[in-house]
Amino acid sequence: MQRRILAGDRLIATFLIGCVLFNYPLLSLFDRPLALFGVPLIYAYVFAAWALVVGLMAWAIERRIS
Amino acid sequence: MSKRILIADDEQNIVISIEFLLRREGFEVLVASDGEEALAKVRAERPDLVLLDVMMPRMNGFDVCQALRADPDLGGTRILMLTAKGRDTEVSKGLGLGADGYMTKPFSTKELLAEVRKLLGM
Amino acid sequence: MLEAPVVVTVALVYLGLLFAVAWWGDKRADQGRSIIANPTIYALSMAVYCTTWTFYGSVGRAAVSGIGFLPVYLGPTLVMALGWFLLLKMVRIVKANRITSIADFISSRYGKSHRLGGLVTIIAVLGIIPYIALQLKAVSGTVSLLLSYPDIVMPDRSATMSVAADMSFYIALILAAFTIVFGTRHLDATERHEGMVAAIAFESSVKLVAFVTVGVFVTYGMYDGFGDIFEHIATHPELRRLVTAIPSGQGYTGWFSLIILSGLAVLFLPRQFQVAVVENVNEAHLKRAAWLFPLYLLLINVFVLPIALGGLLHFSGQAVDADTFVLTLPMSQRQQGLTLLVFIGGLSAGTGMVIVETIALSTMVCNDLVMPLLLRRKAAALEERKDLSGLLLAIRRGAIVVILLLGYLYFRLAGEAYALVAIGLISFSAVAQFAPAIIGGMYWRGGTRAGALAGLSAGFLVWGYTLLLPSFAKSGWLPADFLTQGLFGSELLRPQQLFGLTGMDEISHCLFWSSLANIGAYLGVSLLRPPLAAEATQATLFVDALKETGPVGAALWRGRAQVSDLRELVGRFLGPTRTEAAFAAFARRRGGKGAALEADAQLVQFAESLLAGAIGSASARVMVASVAKEEPLSLEEVMHILDEASQLRTYSRELERKSRELTAATRELQDANARLQELDKVKDDIMSSVTHELRTPLTSIRAFSELLRDDPKMHLADRERFLGLIVSETERLTRLINQTLDLAKIESGRADWNGCELDLKEVVEQSVAATSQLFREKGAHVELDLPDNLPLILADRDRLVQVMLNLLSNAVKFLPPGSGRVHVVLRALAEGLEVSVADNGPGIRAEDQALIFEKFRQVGDTMTAKPSGTGLGLPISRRIVEHFGGRLWVESAPGEGATFRFTLPYAGPAEPAAVAGNPA
Repeated sequence: MQRRILAGDRLIATFLIGCVLFNYPLLSLFDRPLALFGVPLIYAYVFAAWALVVGLMAWAIERRIS
Repeated sequence: MSKRILIADDEQNIVISIEFLLRREGFEVLVASDGEEALAKVRAERPDLVLLDVMMPRMNGFDVCQALRADPDLGGTRILMLTAKGRDTEVSKGLGLGADGYMTKPFSTKELLAEVRKLLGM
Repeated sequence: MLEAPVVVTVALVYLGLLFAVAWWGDKRADQGRSIIANPTIYALSMAVYCTTWTFYGSVGRAAVSGIGFLPVYLGPTLVMALGWFLLLKMVRIVKANRITSIADFISSRYGKSHRLGGLVTIIAVLGIIPYIALQLKAVSGTVSLLLSYPDIVMPDRSATMSVAADMSFYIALILAAFTIVFGTRHLDATERHEGMVAAIAFESSVKLVAFVTVGVFVTYGMYDGFGDIFEHIATHPELRRLVTAIPSGQGYTGWFSLIILSGLAVLFLPRQFQVAVVENVNEAHLKRAAWLFPLYLLLINVFVLPIALGGLLHFSGQAVDADTFVLTLPMSQRQQGLTLLVFIGGLSAGTGMVIVETIALSTMVCNDLVMPLLLRRKAAALEERKDLSGLLLAIRRGAIVVILLLGYLYFRLAGEAYALVAIGLISFSAVAQFAPAIIGGMYWRGGTRAGALAGLSAGFLVWGYTLLLPSFAKSGWLPADFLTQGLFGSELLRPQQLFGLTGMDEISHCLFWSSLANIGAYLGVSLLRPPLAAEATQATLFVDALKETGPVGAALWRGRAQVSDLRELVGRFLGPTRTEAAFAAFARRRGGKGAALEADAQLVQFAESLLAGAIGSASARVMVASVAKEEPLSLEEVMHILDEASQLRTYSRELERKSRELTAATRELQDANARLQELDKVKDDIMSSVTHELRTPLTSIRAFSELLRDDPKMHLADRERFLGLIVSETERLTRLINQTLDLAKIESGRADWNGCELDLKEVVEQSVAATSQLFREKGAHVELDLPDNLPLILADRDRLVQVMLNLLSNAVKFLPPGSGRVHVVLRALAEGLEVSVADNGPGIRAEDQALIFEKFRQVGDTMTAKPSGTGLGLPISRRIVEHFGGRLWVESAPGEGATFRFTLPYAGPAEPAAVAGNPA
């Protein structure tokens, strides 16, 4: 029971993190003509944030809490 | 003069054993195998002591005891109750009805002799 | 070469493969070995979200607006983080209430309203048909492209093409046939389609593989990786803006609106609701799917921008539509195999969407539009039809064909018009109108039917006015003035600057105004009056779906219905076989309480939920009401029940379990106690007697033993006599103990009885033979009167021998020595056989005749001294005879001997012939 509550809280936190990462104003910080290893910054940022959110979700759901 | 004892019991083998025991000790022994017969023999033969079984046909030991104590002529007759039911209520009932002693079956022959002698004042 | 026959063959073979997968999935489901019972398959089936609009369209959008296509996938990613809560609740509600579609969901929540279900269906159909048209366009467009391979010729859609020559018409027909086969293969018209889900998951894998393969090919085959493509861009200033900024036409507001819209769409698009909620086989699958599905979205989007940029660079200056880059880039490199793979991927995206969407819509049309009309208008006609399951399937199949043909019609009319290109987001905006009614309904008890109707209607109208009609105007179907001048020339009513609101993209604009109207009307109207009883009931079922609670629904139904009526009603829609099976399973679950004529509330609810699975909840309510006389509950009563339910909810389940355990334990204890008391009584009786009876022989044994011990010089004759007496008293003790135990066993019911059919004559003869020595010793004579061929009786042979031996040895004891006579007679009576053992002994006084059957009661005679038995023989014998249904008694008078008799009933029914032939 405790474990399910914790996993649920982590998912909600992930949702909130995603909302912040994917939107103005954080998004605007990366919305400039720069490149990271040749990849446009905004493009790299969105995909990195996206991967982070998916990874956090997987972690929250799959992790066994010992 | 030897003392006269009546054995009143419907169990033949018990009668045989006690009769043998008492005769060997020099007592004169009479036998009755039910309550009515016992009462009749006490009146007719005037034994000094009656060994009275409680559970007997026709008339049980308590009734016989009561009848004996109701008869003033028989005041000197000692009564020793013998019963297989060793409950306290039975003991007090027997003594309350005027019995002089009480023994629970099975008993030791030595104790029986000791009790008999005590009741007969020997 | 990619000739037409090759393309068509490949497409048909692929569709055949899909069908095989679906068929296999259905077969496994029938066998109970579901292949879709797997979180990965479930996540893949959710990826039906990615249609051709993703497969081809994302690249097209990226070519125009850079990363502007991404919010459509970010929204679902965020929503899936909440999926464990939102979707879980939806799945619970849908399963508990056998909900078949999103229209059913809303209608059910607000008191099973036909009108609400119908409105939702209409919004869904209007919003989705253009979306289906988009898939037809993409599939037929790619087929035309392929046919000109290796040249890249953009399809020229001239309005003059006849329907008969139009490939997309045939595609629509093929898809309709396919959908019918997938979606209505089962005759039972239930809501779930395992085969379809398997096929959709398969298609999702294909389209992901195809798209990633193209992406890798373009990025690493045609260019030198991501960096290389972006470097090329540097030399094209007009392309640089695509990768450096949020597109200006969209802005952060538009970006945000798209995230919200797509997040709602991934929940409320009919096809998403179908695969994620209705087809969910195990709610635990939601967990892994919650991150696998976003991962899928991430993967399928990684190469969108490289492909778009690569296409723009490669086809620079050529008239190649960016929407076709996914296909035309491999074509331009003469990659035949890859081209076919992409085509199959696109076909997967298109067909997957069309199949699921059409199944979902056809279910809604059938259950929430057609059935209610039929029920209202043609109730009489429906009454006459015994089995309606065929009709249901026919309606669904008809709806599938009509929906696809409408899609085709829209495609023909719209052509290349704006109205088609923008339809993805227009559809999303339409289904977003369901959000207040659904989410509000799941978390707020106060929402009412009127509120939901008002909200949906208002949102729908605003959506139509601010998004759909303008798209028509932009396609030239409405005067352009409508956009610039507004309705009736009123500036304030300009559809995309409503009330003068400017500075927003059209999607955000529509989202704002429609949300305001929708949520405002929903809340406002709901707050006008308290919910009705039916609404409050359903509100509880929905809002409390995740709480551990018993079936509250059944508590909220009161009325009378006949089981047979319900059974017949359900049978008409589901078919008799399935109905029988379902009712039987229900009866089993409830512990076999299925035989009652009158249905209780739970059975009525069960029947309604069965029906709801086939015809929708609102229609099911109407149908059940037609056979059940419901006594409507007042709102106060409903609230009272709900209050009680909620107070008790926390403990009710635990209490129920405890109480069941306690009942069982109590019953066991009572049984045990009764048995103990009985045993105790038996024991008590026996103990008081037994102690006496044991002491008597012990007294003799002790006395004799002491005499022998104390007198070593005793005469030999006395010694031998006393030892013999000791031995016989010991034997008496042993016998007494054995019989006491035997009687105790019989009385406590623990005796072993070996009942068999046997010939009583044999038993009597055997017993007489066994006791002959006793009689001889006493000089007695035994007479037998035992006729042959008597009927058999049912008893235990050894026990009967025991009875006979007891009677015979008893007789011997009381016989006068030398002149004893015993007469044993066996005869047949009407009720059974009778054995009598008569002696010429002293007889028994009338007052003693009952006593001799009591334990340890021996009736002796002074003259004969005490009998040597244990006093248990007759009580045991009587109990043995009574055990086999007979009687044992004595007839006697003093001085005239005693006759013991017992009877035993015949083994079978009495045979008069045998009785008549009895010589005795």
